[in-house]
Amino acid sequence: MSAAASHNHSRLRGWLHRGFCAAVLFFLVAPVLVVIPLSFNAEPYFTFTEGMLRLEADAWSLRWYQNVLGEGRWLPALGKSLLIGSGAALIATTLGTLAAIGLSSPALPGRGAVMALLISPMVTPIIITAAGMSFFYSDLGLGQTYTALILAHAVLGAPFVVISVGASLSGYNHDLNRAAANLGADWWTTLRRVQLPLIAPGVFTGALFAFAASFDEVVVVLFIGGPDQRTIPREMWSGIREQISPEILAVATFLIAFALLLLAAVNWLRQRDYAGAS
Amino acid sequence: MAITLKRWDRQALGAALLVAPLAIFVAVTFVAPLATMLVRSVYQPAVAEALPETLAALAEWDGGSLPDEETFRIAGAEFVALNERRALGSVATRVNRLESGMRSTLLGTARSLAAETPSASWREAMIAADADWGAIESWLAIRRAGEVITPRYYLNALDLDRGGAGEIVVQPEDRRIYVSLLLRTLAISIAITGICLLLAYPVAWLLAHARPRRAGLLLLLVLVPFWTSLLVRTTSWIVLLQNQGVINDLLVTLGILAEQQRLALIYNMTGTIIAMVHVLLPFMILPLYSIMRAIPERHMQAAASLGASHWQALRRVYWPQSLPGVAAGSLLVFILSIGYYITPALVGGRTGQLISSMIAYHMEQSLNWGLAAALGGILLLLVGTLFFIYDRLVGVDRMRLGG
Repeated sequence: MSAAASHNHSRLRGWLHRGFCAAVLFFLVAPVLVVIPLSFNAEPYFTFTEGMLRLEADAWSLRWYQNVLGEGRWLPALGKSLLIGSGAALIATTLGTLAAIGLSSPALPGRGAVMALLISPMVTPIIITAAGMSFFYSDLGLGQTYTALILAHAVLGAPFVVISVGASLSGYNHDLNRAAANLGADWWTTLRRVQLPLIAPGVFTGALFAFAASFDEVVVVLFIGGPDQRTIPREMWSGIREQISPEILAVATFLIAFALLLLAAVNWLRQRDYAGAS
Repeated sequence: MAITLKRWDRQALGAALLVAPLAIFVAVTFVAPLATMLVRSVYQPAVAEALPETLAALAEWDGGSLPDEETFRIAGAEFVALNERRALGSVATRVNRLESGMRSTLLGTARSLAAETPSASWREAMIAADADWGAIESWLAIRRAGEVITPRYYLNALDLDRGGAGEIVVQPEDRRIYVSLLLRTLAISIAITGICLLLAYPVAWLLAHARPRRAGLLLLLVLVPFWTSLLVRTTSWIVLLQNQGVINDLLVTLGILAEQQRLALIYNMTGTIIAMVHVLLPFMILPLYSIMRAIPERHMQAAASLGASHWQALRRVYWPQSLPGVAAGSLLVFILSIGYYITPALVGGRTGQLISSMIAYHMEQSLNWGLAAALGGILLLLVGTLFFIYDRLVGVDRMRLGG
């Protein structure tokens, strides 16, 4: 094979590779974005009407957004989601951060097994978790309560905090603790004034993950939540299953904007991370 | 020596104290619920508590011929008493799962015995009320429903049952559903893992060896769907794939399909697979990317300068080095897909369901909680084993969130 032919060959391969990747990335992103224009459909359809394609002004409308913001079920659902999500994120972040600091110490015996236990809620099929919790909380008389849902979402969110704070701590220089001790700081002061400020980006990232996990969780809500706990995912679930209306697309657009905000926040935090230089 | 040891112990104690709150929290709010479920899969005291005297009488019975008059009288009286407390219905449902038809037999007999208490033989009166009482199987079913600790649900979850003499038999063909569903779940999960690997590998490569700025931008394209609500993504797929949806409309408008040829892309297994690949693809791309980033590109160049073709270099130099990422991504995607519930439930229709849907069905519709728990136990064992392998092979502490 001549050098020129081989060169052409590898260029062709490069283009094929890039074309394939573009197709895969399109497959990943396009379905998420397609709901945004459709949410402005003036008709109650889930596809582009001819008028929309011809960019006629009256084929587009904000009616579904008016419904979502005006009608009685999405705003209360938002309040419930925020309540459960922030309660769960608070518990998960507090317990998860402490645990991650403990796990970062090489002195901890049985580290691997403990880590596996703490991560297990993240990989256990949600249907099993939900079934077990529905037996458990109704036996305790806590079925259909906010308490049960906040506790359930906290334990599902904690692994995210353990992992993200753990990643932050992997770049942490433990000599700093010793230096603080030599300067007379006790353990609590060292944690509060030296270690926590340095790993704060990891802690906030974990909190965002835990909140997002709760904010999008539906199966546990279905199994242990009652009529009082109709969160946004719960409303979307019944919207998709029962009477799918373009209102859902408007809600979906809000949720996409929310996801982009979260992603931006996490990226911003990563750049400020102690270990983030890598 | 003594001092260092003491210091080490204190550090270990401090670390353990920090970990303890979450460990206890996970034990109480996660492990205990799973344990409750596993207990339910073998421990079902409801019938035993409802029919203590009947079961005591049946314990003496040989099971070969019909029970004696005394047993009939005790059982009949207990059915009537239970029905008056409106507690016979749930017992009847449980017995009915072992011998169909027994629900109406029990409720009907209790009503006719209450209307007219037998003056002479209870045995004759009950058989007159419902001929089922003349069959040994009915009494065997009651005795078996009364077992407090029972492997029954696990047997049923594996399409097995026990015959009259307690031997294990295979269910009749029309009741064999779970083993094939489990195998189908495994097959679909393997297919999804394979498709994800195929799609993810070239993309991860591109991300890993692009210039940092561009890599960051491309990574963003992977992370946007990763962060977007699962329900939003599922809604999107319904909008795209349904009969009057965007893709079918596009194909019809372009003249590729005629109006009546619209493709059934959703509410079947196709829909489940497409939507699940979309959801799980980032879980494959991200671990591959983080491993590939550490593979120097000059290894490929070195192989090429030694005369290897592109494919040889890829297969013998690059692929082996990327295996840790392949293993991590594949195991993660496989673990997540065998237990997947939300996506199949919403876009799977009747034919696109996996084992998790059966657990939900028995939890919510048939209310056969013992069977739901046993199916959950089997799935849990499967996932637990895979998680253990993942931990050994990859290590849970190598898990990363979003790159």
